[in-house]
Order: sequence, then C-alpha cells, then structure tokens
Amino acid sequence: MNDLIVLYLYAAAALFFALGLKLMSEVKTARYGNWSAIVGMVISILATLTAFEIHRVDLLVLAVIVGTIVGTPIALKVPMTAVPQRTAMSHAFGSLAVALVGAAEYYHDAPNVDPFTMAVLSGEMILGFLTFTGSSVAFLKLQALIPGRPFVYPGRVVVSLVNLGLAIAFAVYLVLNPSHSFALPALAALSLLFGFLLVMAIGGADMPTVIAILNSFAGMSAAGLGFVLDNKILIVAGSLDGSSGLVLAIIMSRAMNRSFINILFGAVGGAKEVDAKEVEAHRTVQGYSVDDAATVLSNARKVVFAPGYGMATSQSQHVLKELADVLQARGIDVKYAIHPVAGRMPGHMNVLLAEANVPYDQLYEMERINPLFPETDVAVVVGANDVTNPAARTKPGSPLYGMPILDVDKAKTVIFIKRSLGAGFSGVENELFYNENTMMVFGDAKQVLTELIAALKTK
Amino acid sequence: MELVSQIYNDLPVNLLIFVLSTFLGIELIRHVSRLLHTPLMSLTNAISSVSFIAALIVMAETTNTNLLTLATIGVALAFTNIVSGFMLTERILRMFRGRPNKEERKAQQ
Repeated sequence: MNDLIVLYLYAAAALFFALGLKLMSEVKTARYGNWSAIVGMVISILATLTAFEIHRVDLLVLAVIVGTIVGTPIALKVPMTAVPQRTAMSHAFGSLAVALVGAAEYYHDAPNVDPFTMAVLSGEMILGFLTFTGSSVAFLKLQALIPGRPFVYPGRVVVSLVNLGLAIAFAVYLVLNPSHSFALPALAALSLLFGFLLVMAIGGADMPTVIAILNSFAGMSAAGLGFVLDNKILIVAGSLDGSSGLVLAIIMSRAMNRSFINILFGAVGGAKEVDAKEVEAHRTVQGYSVDDAATVLSNARKVVFAPGYGMATSQSQHVLKELADVLQARGIDVKYAIHPVAGRMPGHMNVLLAEANVPYDQLYEMERINPLFPETDVAVVVGANDVTNPAARTKPGSPLYGMPILDVDKAKTVIFIKRSLGAGFSGVENELFYNENTMMVFGDAKQVLTELIAALKTK
Repeated sequence: MELVSQIYNDLPVNLLIFVLSTFLGIELIRHVSRLLHTPLMSLTNAISSVSFIAALIVMAETTNTNLLTLATIGVALAFTNIVSGFMLTERILRMFRGRPNKEERKAQQ
C-alpha cells in the first residue's frame, strides 16, 4: 500500500518536472518553471524518504550539509562568463554520483544480478565514468587551466576506439559472469580513460556541442540507474535530461554544419594564427580610426551588434550596452545578432548580454536577424569571427562552407573591431576583412568601444 | 531470486516510461526559446540530480561500510547539483528583463 502512495507521489513529481520544462520555454514564465521543478524535486525526495528507512541518518545529514556548503557559493558567486565551466562541473558531479551509486548497487547485489540488469548497469557505469572525466577535462579547458586546443597524436581515433571497445568487452564479460567482480574496476578505469582522451582531443570552440553531448550522457546514465533500481521518477528525470542534451547538441552541431562524429573526433581548432604581415602583403585591408567609425555610426539609423566570445573574454559586454544606450539616445535603432554557437555553451551569449542589462527583446536569433541585414546601415562585429565569414556561403572549398552565418556583410557598412588580423578557431581567414564596405578598427574591444562612446559624444 | 522476477515484471512499464519521457523531453526542449538554453541546461541538470534518491535507496539497503561510503559520496555530489542547479537557474532568470516600461524610464531620467 505504502509503495502505491510512493508511486502516486512520483507521478505528481514527474508532472511538476515536465511542467517546469514547459514553463521554461518563454522568458515570461521561466521562473515559474524553475519553481515547478523544485516542487517536483521536494516531492520525489520526501516520497523516497517515507518508503525507505535510512539507518545512518548521520551520514545523510553530513552529505546534505557538504552538498549545501559546496553548492551554494558555486550558484551565487559564479560569474556569467564562467557558467559553462560550472555546467561542465555539475555534469561531472552528477555523472560521478550515478556511476558510484551504480557500482555500490552492483557490489550489493552481486552475484545475484540478472543479465538485463547487469547490461544496463554496465552501460550506465560506462556512460557515468566517461562523462565524469570528459566533463572534468571540459571544465579544465573552459577555466583555461589546461590549453583549450585539441590534444592530438597519431592514431588517436584508433586508440580511443580500442579503449572503448575494451570497456564494452568487460561489460559483456560482466553480463555473462556477474560474479566476477574484478571486471568492474577495469571497466571503470577504461571508461574514465576514454572520457579523458575524448575531450582532450576537442578544441575550446567546440565546447557548446560537447557540453550538450555530455549533458545527454549524464541524463541517460541517470535513467539507466532508474531501470536498475526500478525507480520510475529517476527514469523520467534522467530521460528528460538525456533528451534535452540531445536536442541541444543537435541544434549546436547544425549551427556549425558538422556531425557529432566530426566534432568528437575531428579535432578542429588547431588554429594557427595567420601572420598579419603576410596577409597584408598580398591583400589590402582598410584600417580605420575610432573617429571614422564614430562618424559612420552617428549617421546610421539602424545598427546591429554581432558579439562573439571575444566580447566575453575582454569583458566588454557592459561597454557595448553603454554604446547601445548612447546610440539609442540619438534615436538610432539597435539590435543584437546572436549566432547559436556564440559563447561557450548553448545560449551563453544571451545570458552575458542579459547580465549587462540588455533587454531580451533586442536579442535576435540568427534566423530572425539575417533578413534584416540588407536594411541595416551599420553592423558592428565585436569579438566574433568565423560566424561572420562569407566564405561559409560562397567558397565550397572552405572548411567553413555550409555553416550558417550571420550575414553582416549584407549591411551597408561593417565595423569590425579586432585585435589583429588573426584567423578564427577554424584557422580560416575571414573574407570580410577585405570587403570594400568593411571598416577594420584594430584594438582591444573594450578600449575601442570606450573610445567610440567618447567620440560619439562630440558628434 | 525475487529481485530478478520483480525487475522482469516491471521492465515493460519502465521501458514505456523511458520512451514516452524521452519523446516528451524532445518535444518540450525543442520549443524552449534559444534565449534560455543556458538556464535550461542548469535546470535539467538539477532535475536529473534526482539521482540523489538513488543514493538514498542504496544507503537504506546496505550496512556495508564501503558501500555506504560510495552512497554517501553520491548523496553529497547529487545534492551539490540540486542546490547549485536550482539557485543558479533562478539567478540567471532574474537577469532577463524586457524593455523598461514608461514609468521606469522616467525614473531613470
């Protein structure tokens, strides 16, 4: 009877979780969505506590206190630029928790583990452990504690696949011989190594997709644990998270016109900076002063900003907003063009701009802003590069070809603020630099924007 | 062997739940505004930290010190995610504002 009540409570929790995601679809209702999910979580935990008797309440309280002490400062202190790192870290925590609990469940049940449960348990642990090391490496790369460029060596893909193959072989062995528990540490070690090698070989700019894929893995491993423990709410929550990561990964990889396989094993991003002088030798770039740019801006009616991750690294989102305020005070229309992979995780650029108090109705997705570029007087590119490169539309030989881009080149004038003539992460030179309607303004983004504001005030 | 038969009995139901939740998840997430993908990730991460209760169940069913240790670590990790996931989502969502309305604009001037 008690079990039945728990199931009803789980059903209610599942409803609150799904409702939470539904409310999350719009800015206006999003905060209710968060609260709905909190209610779901509280119901799930209380229901479980009524059904199972915890013998070591002291350990539980200790763990909850530790979790609160660690989790609270992370949530309240992390700067918005560092949210991708914190997301990678939370995937690492979540997947490690699931993997360890899976291991504990195995040792508790062994050798009485039926083949199906063992198969799910093995798969869940492989995913959990590889997501743990993979997310940890992603964290280190995003936090710039290790170089963001891909770590490549000859035979990399073969080594990775053999490594994964061995982990799966141990999983199969465990399914056939569930009592041979020595295979579990081997499976764990191989999965940990696979996750580590996999993400080490992926460049920093591919992180939005990688984070989404790891998110999906973390969710799927949680759902797997739900099967093993026959816990319905864990299956629901895990598969919601797993499908969320999957959808986001698909959106990200489409925005880069690349397949998952290419992102996971393609090692794009060994970008060598193109020597500025060498480039200038054979083509001319029109370098302009801040004052020139200010004149063009002051005569514009419609301005679109195209920010990229460079804006975040130079911390210039607040100055950009100030510039927008100055322009708007003069009656100039200002919009922001957001490419799906701008930033280091899905939706990152929106959060950075929201933090700088940019109203969200001025943020335009790529599909909405591209038709508006032909009637735009000035497009200002700040800290973005590859996502504005027209070669993606025009040069079939280019590695960028086919990638959807922001069509800034269709604006009457493009002001490109950039430190040097370096190539983007793809290592491809940007065609836009050489266009006649492009004004290159060289310098640090924050400094150039500050000077622009000052110059505009004199006009 | 009771454990074995129990799982086989529930497997079809669990599979049904898994398949339907996955489809529901895909449909719900597809309609989330791209503006909100970052707080969405933070929210789904907190939701999947319901694995907290998996660690609770293992804590309840064992007295073995090693397994209790693993489960306790699991509880701590999952609870860290629950706390930071929901709080961070709230913090990010508070940053999203619309265009200031007329009264607010007057107040600013």
